[in-house]
Parts: sequence; C-alpha cells; structure tokens
Amino acid sequence: MLRRSLFAIAFLLALGGQALPGADPAARVRLVEALLAPAEQQPDVLRALIGLEDDTILPTLTAWRQGEIFVYTAPDSQRIPFRLSSAPDARGGFAALAIADGRPILGPDGLPLSYIASELTPLDTDGAIRRAMRDVTELAGLSAPDVATRVSAVERLGQTRKPEHLPLLSARLKIEIAAPVRDALEVALAMYALASELLPERIAATKVLADKHSLAGATEMKAILERAKTEPAEVDASLAAAVTSAVLSIERHFSIVNFFGTLFRGLSLGSVLLIMALGLAITFGLMGIINMAHGELMVVGAYTTYLVQNVFIGWYGKSGAGFSCYFIVALPAAFIGSALVGLLLERSVIRFLYRRPLESLLATWGVSLILQQVFRLTFGAANVQILSPDFLMGSTTLSDITLAYNRIFVVAFAALVVIALVLLLTRTSLGLTIRAVTQNRAMASCMGVRTDRVNMLTFAFGSGLAGLAGACLTQLGNVGPSLGQTHIVDNFMVVVSGGVGNLFGTVLAALGIGTVDQVLQPWLGAVMGKVLVLIAIILFLQWKPGGLFPSRSRNLD
Amino acid sequence: MQRTSLLTPRQWLVFGAILLVAGVVLPVLNTAFPPGHALHVSDFTLNLYGKYLTLAILAVGVDLLWGFTGLLSLGQALFFSLGGYAMGMHLMLMIGKLGQYKSDLPDFMVFLGYPGLPLHWKPFYSFTFALFAALAVPAVVAVVFGYLAFRSRIKGVYFSILTQALTYAAALLFFRNDFTFGGNNGLTDFKTVLGHGLNEPFTRRVLYLLSVVLLAGVFLLGRWLVTSRFGLIQRAIRDSENRVLFSGYATAHFKLFIFVLCAMISGLGGALYVCQVGIINPSEMMPDKSLEAIVWVAVGGRGTLVGPIVGAIAINALKSWATRAYPDLWLIVMGTLFIVVVLLLPGGIVSLPSRISAALAARRRRRTAAHAEPASPAKNEPALAAEKPSETAS
Repeated sequence: MLRRSLFAIAFLLALGGQALPGADPAARVRLVEALLAPAEQQPDVLRALIGLEDDTILPTLTAWRQGEIFVYTAPDSQRIPFRLSSAPDARGGFAALAIADGRPILGPDGLPLSYIASELTPLDTDGAIRRAMRDVTELAGLSAPDVATRVSAVERLGQTRKPEHLPLLSARLKIEIAAPVRDALEVALAMYALASELLPERIAATKVLADKHSLAGATEMKAILERAKTEPAEVDASLAAAVTSAVLSIERHFSIVNFFGTLFRGLSLGSVLLIMALGLAITFGLMGIINMAHGELMVVGAYTTYLVQNVFIGWYGKSGAGFSCYFIVALPAAFIGSALVGLLLERSVIRFLYRRPLESLLATWGVSLILQQVFRLTFGAANVQILSPDFLMGSTTLSDITLAYNRIFVVAFAALVVIALVLLLTRTSLGLTIRAVTQNRAMASCMGVRTDRVNMLTFAFGSGLAGLAGACLTQLGNVGPSLGQTHIVDNFMVVVSGGVGNLFGTVLAALGIGTVDQVLQPWLGAVMGKVLVLIAIILFLQWKPGGLFPSRSRNLD
Repeated sequence: MQRTSLLTPRQWLVFGAILLVAGVVLPVLNTAFPPGHALHVSDFTLNLYGKYLTLAILAVGVDLLWGFTGLLSLGQALFFSLGGYAMGMHLMLMIGKLGQYKSDLPDFMVFLGYPGLPLHWKPFYSFTFALFAALAVPAVVAVVFGYLAFRSRIKGVYFSILTQALTYAAALLFFRNDFTFGGNNGLTDFKTVLGHGLNEPFTRRVLYLLSVVLLAGVFLLGRWLVTSRFGLIQRAIRDSENRVLFSGYATAHFKLFIFVLCAMISGLGGALYVCQVGIINPSEMMPDKSLEAIVWVAVGGRGTLVGPIVGAIAINALKSWATRAYPDLWLIVMGTLFIVVVLLLPGGIVSLPSRISAALAARRRRRTAAHAEPASPAKNEPALAAEKPSETAS
C-alpha cells in the first residue's frame, strides 16, 4: 500500500513538475480524500477544494452527482475511487479508471479491472454534500491560471450575486494582478453594490459600471429605471439620475463600437472583393478579356489549398504548429496552380480572341462549365472541409470591437497584394511592357515588345491572383465546385464600377461596395442588401458610365 | 431602298414543308397510330418538342439582339421567366381547392402562413390578364433598364455585364420567400388551363400546336424586321454604331425598340414554356440560363433566323439525351462544343453546308487548275462571306 501511494504521489509530482496547465496534484489528493471521507465530513472536505484548480474536479463532481463514481477495495483493503471508461474494452466491460491519476486500476491478477455500471453500487450523495458541490463548482475558475477562465468565472459570479461569495471576490481583487480580471472583479463588485441597500454605494456603482462599459450592468440598471417608472417611490431620484446617465454613457459607447465594428466588417468584405477583383482587373481591365472562368480559377486556388492541407495533415496531424504552416505553403502553391491553368487557357483559347471581347466571354464561359464539372468529378459535389491554421482562428478585441484574426489577415493581405501589384506595374520592365501593350498593342509590337509573350504572362499573372483569392476564401467560407459562380457577378461589378483599367478605382470600388453592403445588411438582410447594392451599381453607372475613374482615350468605341 | 422580299419562293416552299411536318404530320402521327406502332409519336415526345419550340422562341429573341444588333444581353432568361411567372401565377390560382391544403390560396401561401391573397395576385384570376402580363411585365422591365442603359451609352461587354447583374439581382429577389412568388420552389403543381387538364393528351397537343404557330409567327416577324429598313439600321448599329449615330440616327431608340420587342417575345415563349413544363422557379432566371440560350444561337448560327431555331432544338435534344446517358459528362460536352464553335465555326451549324460546298469548290478548282494551267486565280470568295456576320464591334 505504501509503495502504491508513493507511486501515486511520485506520478502526481511528475505531473506537477511538468507544470501542466489545469493540473494541481494537491487538489487531486484532496479530491480523493473528499470522495473517501465519511459522509458527514464530506461537505467540509469538499469546501476545502474551493480555490484549488484542477481539470478533474468539475467532471468528477458532476459524475458523482450523477452516480457514476464507484469505490474499489483492493485486496490490501486500500479504497480507490474510480469511474468507468467511456469506451468498452475487449471483454465487453468498461475499464475502471482511478480518479487520482486517470489510469486503469489493476486487479489482483495484474489485469485492468473491468465492470458494467449496473453491477456496481455508486458512491452516494446527500443534500449537504450536493450543496457543498455547488459551492465548489460555482467558485471554480476564480483562481484558474488562465486569465480568460478567471474572467468568465468572475462574470458568472457577478450575475448570480450570492451574498456568501462577496468576501471571496473582494479578497480576490486584493491579490489579482491581471488587468482584465481586475476589471471584471470591479464590475462584479459594482453589481453587488448596485443591488445593495446603501444609496451612496449604489450611485458609486453606476459610475464604475459606466466607466467599464458593462453591458450586463446596463441591463441591470435599465431594470432599475423600469421600476422607477412603475413605482417612483421605491427609487431615489438621485439614484435614478445617476443610473440614467450611466446607461446613456454605456449605450453611446456601444453605438460607437458598433459603428467601428461595421466599418471593420465592411473593410474586410471589401478586401475579399478586392483580392478577388484584382485578378479580373488585370485580365479584364488591362487586357480586355472577359474571363467568365475567372471564378473557376479562384476555385483552382481553393482546391490547391485543400490539397496542400491534406498533405500537411498526413505529415503533422490536424493541429499544431507544423499543420498551421500549411497555409503559408498553400498561398504560393495556389498562385502557381491557378497561374498554370491560366497559362493553359491563354495558349489554348484566349489568344485567338484578343480582338473579340464578346466572343472571349462566350468561350471562357464554356471553359468555366468544363472546369466546374471537372471539380465536381474530382472532388465531389459537396463542399470540402478546410481547417483554419491556428494563427487565423479566434479574435482579439480592441476596446470592445471584435476583430477576427482571419478578417485582419484578409485586410493586410489585400493591402500587400495591391502594393506588390503597383510595384510590379510601375517599377519593373515587365510592368512597363504590360502597360505598353495595354495602351497600344500594335505600337508596342512595332517597338519590339513581344506582345504575344507579354499577353501570356499577364494573363497567367492575373489568373495567379485569382488563385490567391481562392486560397483566402478557404479561410472565410465553404469551398465547393460552384464557389466561383457565386462570386463572378460581384467581381465584374467591382471592376466595372471602379473604371476598367484603373487599379486605384478597383480598390476604391471594392472597399466602397463592401462597406455599403455591410451597412445595409443589418437593416435589410443579406439578400435584399445585395440586391440593393446591385441596383445601386446599375444606377451609379448611369451617372458615371465609365466607372469611378474612366480610362481616357481618343478612341470612340 | 428596294425592300427585299420576306422569303424567296424556294424558301417559302421549305418553310411551308417544315411547318407541315411540325404542325400537321407529327400531331397526326401522335393521334392516328396506337402506342407501340412504329410510326407512333408518343405524347411525351410531342410535349418535349413543344418545350424545345418555346426555347427556340427565346433563342430567336436572343439572336435578334445579338446576331443582328450586336447587343449581347445576358438577361433574356429573366424576361423568359417573367413571362413564365405571369402565366404560372394564373395556373397557380386555377388549382383552386385541388391543392394539398384544400384552400383557395396557393399551397405555398398556406404553408408560409399568408392571411390572404396578395393584391397583385388578384388580377391573375383572368387568363387574358395573365397573357397580357406575360407580355407587359418583361416589356416594362426592358423599357426601364434599356432606357437607362442606352441613354448613358452602355454598350459592348458593359451591357452584357449589367444585364447579367440585373438578372442575378432578380433571381436573388425571387429566391426570397417573402417576395410572394413561392421562393425557392417557385410555382408548380398546376392542374388546369382554361378548364382543360394540363396532363390530358388533348391539352398537350394544343399547347404543342400553339408553340409551332407562335414560333412560326416570331420567325416571320423577325424575318420581316431584318429585311426592312429597320433591319438595315439594326445591322449598321451592330457593325459601327458611331457611324450610324453620326449619320443622324438616334441609335438608342432603335436599340430600345428591339430590346423591348425581344423581351416581349421571350415573355410569350416563357408563358408557353410554363404551361408545358409545369414548373417555374428562380433558377430559370440565373445568368447561366441566359448564357445557355446564347450557346444555342452561337451553335446554330447567329445572324441568321434559322440558326437559333436549329441550335435550340438540336442542343436541347442533345441535352435531354446526354443528361440521361452521360449525366457526368454533359457539362463538359456543352462547354467544349461552345469553345469549338466560337473558335472554329463562328457561323454555326447553318454555315456548315456553304462551308462544305465552298471547300469542295475550292478543291475542285485546285484540281482543274492543276490539270489546266498552274496560275489560275481563285476567282470568287466563298459564298458564306455574305451570310457571316462581321466581327462584333467592341
């Protein structure tokens, strides 16, 4: 027995030595003590768990309440609490896992113990024990090592407002150092004060809540205002005034937050539109090719990302730093993949149609049909699952404005692509020849520019940009064979309303359309917002048929 | 200017013969011979051809715009569907209490909890009004959009992209349940038209005959238009709009007229289509449906009025067969067909005979030249040059 407990302690110490988050050896020892204690002592032993942090405490207590904790008495009369594994073992029973270390308990024969729940008598509970359990669960997380867990625990306590928890919160505030937790604690204490009987404390509480922009506080204070309306005698006038100004201040804060939130969402949607439209701005805007297969080139990029992801899953599994790197590899891969498809398309179809834009529209539509069907046959008609890399998941808040990492990434990436594109067009010799061919193909040809080759490269480059857009889209929505079709109309609208052949116009149009769409959406819903945007663009083109920045030329047509 | 005749005597003869086969022989084969007989044409086949003919009406409209005026409208499916919806609304109301919910309201309205029939549905109890609306609604939409587009001189690919946006926006609207047109599922489960059951062979035969007559009428109307002075200006606009403009013609008016006319033709086709197919939903007005109609015209031969009809019937027959036999490959076949036609056969199927005869003639000339003397000049251009539309002005 001694050896066994020594082993257990050594194991727990080893766990502690590794400093696993959420594991506290002392807490587990106490938990086992609580389970084995005589019933009348159990509530007190349980309450001793308050303030200790271990991942097993909450699930174990829940299991106890549900009658899923059992006790095994070893041949040496040592009592070991355990629960049953969730999956059956080879013998059809369920392995007994010790609470202390989560490992299977070995029977006298050296084999893991195996039971069926109905054969066993669960560890009993009574009212006093259950009350103690509730105290433990309610206060759990208050001293967790993780800041976010602490914050949510404090917020929960602020909502329930049990008088017996007040001293715990005040005590915590004295030792707490993390700023978010301190804020949450102050809000929680103010909520207590707001519900108290003392007028000066209540008025002071409204100030704290207003300073901290607490939404929960605003709800609470609105309830007070309601009561002031129905029973004016119950609420003091000075309190009512303080509450009103606090509520107003909180609401003003959140209307500003909403405004900037909408602006950010508009900016990120605009960036998505921009990345998608940039490729088109090159093939359509600069080269005059109506590429209806542009959407499908985006899908090529998206599926390339999917393939790269699968390779990385094979190497590193579905998470972790190694897996997350897949996206960094996928971006250039998507560019190259789409550029190659674009190259093939240019050589086989488009080069015959440079002077016939309407017919390029028709032929590339045929290409788009073929590509869609090829996607469907290769990858199936259903959407494929693409996991986000760790660094694009989650979000951060900047004074209450939620900024999702994937949206921030899209905005930054769009900016980067635009800058790279401008540099390419204005600072390299390829850019110079591209502009020359765009302005006057025949003259450029006379000057010795190999227009055929420039066309090929430009088209491949535009297609590669479409591939980048596809790779970005995998982080924002579903990827399926008809993904390209859903975006192609938007893309053309962006390029046309920006002014064909003008990159700056494309940027402005994309951001403008994105913002207008996001501003309209809360009022009208997604579909009506989109319809209205389309109608607005049609009307806008009445006023400026050449788009925001029409290209100037002496050509009539 | 000397007006060219509508059709040459020989063409009248061919026209009459085709009309006879389509309008008399096929229905007679359908009724006179019992099912199973070698010469029997089944009700299903007749109904299928009726459907193809209504699609051919749409194709003629597309061609009058694109082949003759140079306006590549990607919104023709919208006008077709609007006509279809107008007729569908009437047929929906004619279901009466025969629907699943045994209510006077159409099923989808009961399902979505409408308190009563929306006001704009009420006139559609009248068949005449529905027919009028099938013409008028597309016309109004075309007038408003066309006026705005042509006034600000939107042309070429910009016109295409804008019409595409228009039909896309409309499809999004019709997909909504609260737009009172049945949302996603559209209008379906029709029972009767003018008191006759839609599934009765007699009704189907009449609808088929109506399609034949309407298509013939539309063909003659188109033919009359393109052989008139109007047709001349139409083709002039296609080939060089600015020269026409500088010669003192208000090209916008001409374009608006033909745009509205084609919208009405499409609407009428749509109304007949819905009667024979028995369903209309918003996916019919998605931009790719318009593009599909353009494929028919391109494959059949644009800039001719026979081409679109040949193309619409041939491709839809091919589609009906291929979607059953090789459902996976159909889109690839259609896409390839499209690319091949655009790249290699700009004149479409109808230009094939003249191409072949020209090639044969060239070969014969070469052979005789080789026999006689080496330097015989190739005298005349191949005959197709006259029919082939010039490249569309960008």
